[in-house]
Formats: sequence, structure tokens, C-alpha cells
Amino acid sequence: MEKTAREPLFSKKNRRLLIDPMNENNPITVQVLGICSALAITVKMKPALVMGISVIVVMAAANVLTSLLRNLIPNRIRIIVQLVVVALMVILVDQVLKAFVYDVSKELSVFVGLIITNCIIMGRIEAFSLGNSPWKAFLDGVGNGVAYAGILLLVAFFRELLGNGTLFDYPIMAQLGVYDMGYTNNGMMLLPPMALIVVAIVIWIQRAKTPSLIEKD
Amino acid sequence: MDVNSNRYTYLFSIIMVVIVAVLLSVAATVLKPFQDANMVLEKKSNILASIGLVSENPDSLFNSVIVEQLVIRSGEVIESEVSAFDLDMANAVKVPSNKRSVPLFVATYQDNTYYILPLRGKGLWGPIWGFISLQSDANTIYGASFNHLKETPGLGAEISTAIFQDQFPGKIIFSDSYDGIEVRKGDARTNQQVDGISGGTITSVGVQYMLEDCLIPYKAYLLKQVAESTVETHIETLADSSNTNHE
Repeated sequence: MEKTAREPLFSKKNRRLLIDPMNENNPITVQVLGICSALAITVKMKPALVMGISVIVVMAAANVLTSLLRNLIPNRIRIIVQLVVVALMVILVDQVLKAFVYDVSKELSVFVGLIITNCIIMGRIEAFSLGNSPWKAFLDGVGNGVAYAGILLLVAFFRELLGNGTLFDYPIMAQLGVYDMGYTNNGMMLLPPMALIVVAIVIWIQRAKTPSLIEKD
Repeated sequence: MDVNSNRYTYLFSIIMVVIVAVLLSVAATVLKPFQDANMVLEKKSNILASIGLVSENPDSLFNSVIVEQLVIRSGEVIESEVSAFDLDMANAVKVPSNKRSVPLFVATYQDNTYYILPLRGKGLWGPIWGFISLQSDANTIYGASFNHLKETPGLGAEISTAIFQDQFPGKIIFSDSYDGIEVRKGDARTNQQVDGISGGTITSVGVQYMLEDCLIPYKAYLLKQVAESTVETHIETLADSSNTNHE
């Protein structure tokens, strides 16, 4: 199972683990996983950023831990073990957020708990880290986490900018003076359906740019 | 070792559960002081927000603005084992209102006195709570803020928005005919009525019951305060006028 020759830390294969999820194998826009949290916490940039960081941390840590244990985990209870590992990480993240960034943790409230049910995490553990070395599992976790956080921030950028006229609570639209020209915020951007529409537009653009994603009929 | 044998599976799960339990309890114990401090800070800023004060540093502002923290039972200030700040409203409201110990915060800001009363009640899906502040006559609302755990967004949850809360300032809570504020369906006319939220009737009515239930324990005490302060101002005016007479 293990290769005899050691491959360098950032070999081409390992780099692909990190970079693939950003585009051709993006968990949200290509695998369409983790959509519910993408809807819920993309109204503003700050919670989206914290959620993104939390998911990166949880995913990387859970991936490494399950990968370390992969030869010890009894096959019959492996899903339970994965759940316990993810739940442990999520509760730790939740506790840390409550202790140090209380206002953000209030905003994320139930969604931190729902990281457990984020299909991306369970999916990557089951599909990847149970069969690969810790370092690869770490790269895969960070790659998918960053890809997830990236889409979250992209959606949050448009929703906060167009719906609220701010970015990270900074009143950018007011600074630009567009309100004086008769511009008004589009309140609809703040409603959940607009998150789906923004994600759909992202998927559309991505598919148009990436020929390998276009299905042949 | 066969990782798929029954014995190993049991052993693995037992050890895993113990390790995870230890880790989580350590984390919870270590982080608890920080989390508690955050909650205290949040409560302080909520109390301040009810008289329209927002601060980056609620701790020092709270200490300078809040001059008295009292525990009140049946119209009297009592010595309580639990301080007014730590008094848990969720438990307090279970006691009948004439036997209930309730906290009262007295604030002085820019020479005005405000009375701040905590509220706690039931919405449609879960608890609702808030703070209401009264002007120095202890009867006219100065500010109100409500919050909720899980009311429906866009319907019941609207009680935490300015549109609903801004109706309260200027309303009278105690009168001969009714104590509290009535939440009406679109025809609020008197100064003891506010408009409810369309589609959020049960939450709106919850706010009405909460106000009635939580304000009554204060009535006797607050009316007494007002009576005393009117007497004081009366004496002051008398003294002033007698001074002018002598001159």
C-alpha cells in the first residue's frame, strides 16, 4: 500500500489535491455539496469568512485525524467514527468561537453545529482520507475547505454589496456616492433564493469557461 | 490484530468515546470563563441599548451609567442572595407575580433617570425576551428592545426590528384601566396600544402577555418612587419660591 520511494511534499500529484477543488472539482459548484450553508450564511461577508475558516479547520483536522486512524478504524463502525471525529472538531470550533468571537458565533448559531452535516466533510473523509496518508488528507481537506470558503465569500460579496451596500460592514456604496445618483439597495439580494441564483450564475460562468465540465449529450 | 473482530470493535469504540469525552470536557472547562464573560458583556450592552446607548466598551459605560441594581419583591426592595444582574428571568417568571423577585436597573445619563426592566415571555416557537426602559416618571416608555430564540423570520421574528420596537417609546404602561401595552391588529389608537405584526399574531400576543406579566411586579414600587419624587420636586419648588420671597 505504501510507496517505497518518498515523494516530495508538494509533488505534482499533491498540488493537484490542493488545487483541483478550486476549479474542476469544486465541492459547491461542481459536486453541488454544502449548498444549505451556502444559502444561510452568505448575507454578509464576515460570517461567511468565519464559516469558511471554521470549515477549513474542521475539514483539515478531521481529515488528518481519520487518516491517522485509517488502519485502526474497524470497517463496520467507520461511519460512526467519522461522525464522532467531525462532531468533536465542530464542538471544539464552536466553543472557541463562543469564547473569542462571541458576536460572530451568535450570528452563525446553528450553522456551526450544522458543519457536522456538511456533506463535503463526510464526503471527503469517506472518499479520500480513509485511504490516503495524513499529509495528502490534509492537503485535500484544506483544498476543499478553501474552495468552499471561496464560493461562500464570492456569493456573500455580491449579496452584501448589492443588498446592503456594504462590504465587511464598511459602507462602500455610500462612500462611492451612488445613492445620490438615485441608486437603491436591492433588498431581494438578502433573501435566501438569491443565494441559489448567485451560485447558479457562478456555476454557469465556470462551466462556460471550463470545457471539461460540459456534458456531451 | 484483526481490526474487524467484535472484540476489537467494542474496544475501539469504548476507548474512542472516553478520549473524546475527556477532550470535550477539558475544552469546555478551560473556555467557560471566557464564554461567561462574553455573556455578561452582552447582557450589559443589551441593558444599555434599551436606553439608546451603544458603546465599544459596554463594561465601563455600564458601570458609570447604571447607578443602582435592585431586587424587588411585592413593591419593596429586598436583600437577595442573587444579585439583580445575575437574577435569571427564565426562572423568575415561573413564580406568581405577587411573590416574584425581579431585578430593576436604575440608570442616570445626562441628568435623566431611567428605569430599566427585563422582560421574559413566550413566543410561538420558543422564548422571547427583552428590556424596556422607562423615563423618570416611571410610567412612560423610553425605549424597548425585544429578542427571540426561534420565531419565524419575516413574521414573528420582526419583533426584534426597529419597525416594531419604535412604536413603544412614549407609551404609558400603568393606568387605571389597564396595566401593560396592548398589541392590536392594525387599529392601535390609544397611548397604551401598539400595532402587532401581520402573520405574527401569536408572537405579538406573546409580547403583550410578556409586558403585562413582567411589568406588574414593578407597579407598586415604581408608583411609590414617582410619588416620592413628585413630593421632592414639590418641596423644592416651595423652597425656591420661599427663597425668592425673602429676597
